[in-house]
Amino acid sequence: MDVSRQYWFDLGPLSSIPKRGARTVQVPRREIAVFRTANDEVFALENRCPHKGGPLSEGIVHGRKVACPLHNWIIDLESGDATGADHGCARSFPIKIENDRIFIDMGVAAAA
Amino acid sequence: MTSPNKCRRKLVVVGNGMAAGRMLEELFARAPGGHDVTIFGAEPRVNYDRIMLSPVLAGDKAFADIVIHDEDWYAGHGVDLRRGDKVVAIDRAARTVTTASGASEPYDTLVLATGSDPFVIPVPGKDLPGVVTFRDLDDVEAMLAAAGRGGSAVVIGGGLLGLEAAAGLAAKGMTVTVVHLMPILMERQLDQNAAYLLRKAIEKRGITVETGANTTAILGDGKVEGVRLDDGRTLPADLVVMAVGIRPNAALAKAAGLEVKRGVVVDDHLATSDANIFAVGECVEHRGACYGLVAPLYEMAKVLAGRIAGEPVPGYVGSVTSTKLKVTGVDLFSAGDFSEGDDNDEVVLRDPARGVYKRVILRDGRIVGAVLYGDTADGSWYFDLIRKHADVSDMRETLIYGQAFQGGGVLDPLAAVAALSDDAEICGCNGVCKGTIVQAITTKGLSGLDEVRAVTKASASCGQCTSKVEAVLAVTLGDAYSAAARKPMCKCTELTHEEVRERIDAKTLKSVPAVMQELGWKTSCGCPSCRPALNYYLVAAWPGEYRDDPQSRYVNERVHANIQKDGTFSVVPRMWGGLTTPDELRAIADVADRFKIPTVKVTGGQRIDLIGVRKEDLPAVWAQLNASGLVSGQAYAKGLRTVKTCVGKEWCRFGTQDSMGLGVKMERLMCGSWTPAKVKLAVSGCPRNCAEATVKDIGVICVDSGYDIHVAGAAGLHVRATDLLGHVDTEEDALEVCAAVLQAYREQAAYLDRLYKWVDKIGLDTLRAEVIDDLANRRALYDRFVVAQRAVRKDPWAERAAGHELHEFTPLAKLAIIPPVLVEV
Repeated sequence: MDVSRQYWFDLGPLSSIPKRGARTVQVPRREIAVFRTANDEVFALENRCPHKGGPLSEGIVHGRKVACPLHNWIIDLESGDATGADHGCARSFPIKIENDRIFIDMGVAAAA
Repeated sequence: MTSPNKCRRKLVVVGNGMAAGRMLEELFARAPGGHDVTIFGAEPRVNYDRIMLSPVLAGDKAFADIVIHDEDWYAGHGVDLRRGDKVVAIDRAARTVTTASGASEPYDTLVLATGSDPFVIPVPGKDLPGVVTFRDLDDVEAMLAAAGRGGSAVVIGGGLLGLEAAAGLAAKGMTVTVVHLMPILMERQLDQNAAYLLRKAIEKRGITVETGANTTAILGDGKVEGVRLDDGRTLPADLVVMAVGIRPNAALAKAAGLEVKRGVVVDDHLATSDANIFAVGECVEHRGACYGLVAPLYEMAKVLAGRIAGEPVPGYVGSVTSTKLKVTGVDLFSAGDFSEGDDNDEVVLRDPARGVYKRVILRDGRIVGAVLYGDTADGSWYFDLIRKHADVSDMRETLIYGQAFQGGGVLDPLAAVAALSDDAEICGCNGVCKGTIVQAITTKGLSGLDEVRAVTKASASCGQCTSKVEAVLAVTLGDAYSAAARKPMCKCTELTHEEVRERIDAKTLKSVPAVMQELGWKTSCGCPSCRPALNYYLVAAWPGEYRDDPQSRYVNERVHANIQKDGTFSVVPRMWGGLTTPDELRAIADVADRFKIPTVKVTGGQRIDLIGVRKEDLPAVWAQLNASGLVSGQAYAKGLRTVKTCVGKEWCRFGTQDSMGLGVKMERLMCGSWTPAKVKLAVSGCPRNCAEATVKDIGVICVDSGYDIHVAGAAGLHVRATDLLGHVDTEEDALEVCAAVLQAYREQAAYLDRLYKWVDKIGLDTLRAEVIDDLANRRALYDRFVVAQRAVRKDPWAERAAGHELHEFTPLAKLAIIPPVLVEV
């Protein structure tokens, strides 16, 4: 199987996520949080804080970071890494914007 | 062919705009006389500087001033310019182009420089006379003619072109409204802070700005008369300018079978999918990007000219672009990538007094973007650093002050202030210099920041110079000065919560960007500490007027339920004064059954908690609870939670007053209010105090002669018994005093300070003077509370059950299996 194959799946228009907000995408193996920053960048992370599994999609998005709603760990949206003194990483997934629509690489997002 | 030009290659250029002109200039410089050149231009004139159309509209320049290549230039280079004759087809096999007039022209090399077309939004009335775009000189002439007749103009589009058109028309005396679909102006080039300043400057010119406004139709009979928006409003208009954007003009290339996506697809040497055909300028799509600014066109022109001249040139790799708004008196510059960065990766400077905002964004020690407003002198310096990928780590500390500031070492702030002369300005807002502050400290014996502020006004306005004023105190008093335990709100500002609240009020600041700019915020969009606080302060200061920002609220307040450790939520309907009915209990039981809610618990606040509700189920759960008359208990809010009661004189043999009745009235009066932190109340029917009123934020203890009002209790992290605030005789007075206390707390306290903390800060006597002794003040507080409550009278659950904020409760996509239809790129 060619694992490097990309399947860019259309998640809908950028406007379906509020600025500085997030929505979720449910795929068979996991839930993914898709974030939109104030400047219309999008990022996709597994919707589980590396600390205690909190739903990152519910956190406050500031700059390129999100604050986990459970215990306020600050997670970098690009890398998924916890910042500051905390250590851990939420897995990130390839995502892009084209023609004001959001695409996620299902080849990675839905894979094991 | 037997002409003397036998060995010269035949170059045909379609389009006579800036890209074509620059490419030919570059080509003639590299390979003079190497080509026979024919240019076809759709416009009946020579090549002119299109970006200077705005100054022409504003009357600052004439057409002659903006011509790039005059007739002599074409003649001097032997260029055959066919003005006003449009190429309509390319025959790639025969290597000829055909024009609208039927002429045919052979080529060896063909360059497409067809530019772009203004995008016209497809609404009814778009073709009415009086609707123009802003693209060429004809458009400008149409606008000038309309402006000469006066009246109203509506500019659709609040981007670069739209604003330049609006400013030009306003300068010509028209009444101008800018209608912009997005929430901020120039959203592609600016962040919200710069956009806030820009909007202020545009409005100062008498231009009305409507953001978040969607045009649904252009109205008029025979000519344009107005613009209809989707909120139902109609704006009168004698002229409508469409300036919503441009689209690469790739129709000719597409018809000829060349590869076209958004624009004509080219490689790094500007070759299309046909090796004899090149494309340059705005019609091009290069590595997925299309450009509408002049600098990239010139960069492409250079590469293409080298290629056609047969020189080995490095390919075009895409451009970093910069933007400057050409509106007199508005200094605005943006370049590169200024997406929200890490706090560590951006440097922000705000000078509220001068209306300056600067933001430089760094990644890995290099500048990747810059937004400058009010002072753009260093724009080209930053832009240069961006393009060179220069490592600026060494000058990071002083980078934001610009090029002129470089070279010095990093200064110790105290030493820097000590080194200042006496006439150096410390506070820009109030024009206070160092000497004035030093003199006030020494002659008046001042010892702290508050005193200096009161006497000199230094740092009393925006507060950004607070640290400098403190440094003056430290330098002047030496060891005698120890900075008071001032605690700034967060690392985004020097100001304390209380100082921010005072300034929101004093400066009439009504939005988060306004607060951040006018108070000199050090970050571009705040942090998780200050955003919820500012949102609350604005909600409290401007009830009914400020539009709540859900993204600045904690999840519980955003989705009106309490998040649990597994990501499910708990739902607590209100039980007024702890009273319920068999019907309500049945409704709760039915909901718990239907949605398989795993845990049902009685809370400490005399109501029932449904725990473990899945997020997607929340709207349906609420709808079913609503149907039985149950509404949100706001158990998730920094707001009124519960009013706990004991049975009172209705049943209890010791009861002195109707504590249940008063509790219900209290809860109905206060429910839905937002407060700095959660608020819990209780009403006990006698001093036995079965409702535990003496550990509540506000507690009422009924006695024979009336009602004792207690405040500032707590029974959580801290345990603290209430203090007796005062006694009132009637139920009405009890309600009024309690509401007045709550309103004073809402207006004065720091966000997240529980009521007892606030009372500890201001002192019980101060509060008593405000709400017991001063009757007029009590009444005024009560009235303001009632006004604020009008804005929160709707049940948030009912609104969401009806579909409000639906995006909060539904996933963007839900895929059970990998779907059969995939977009493969």
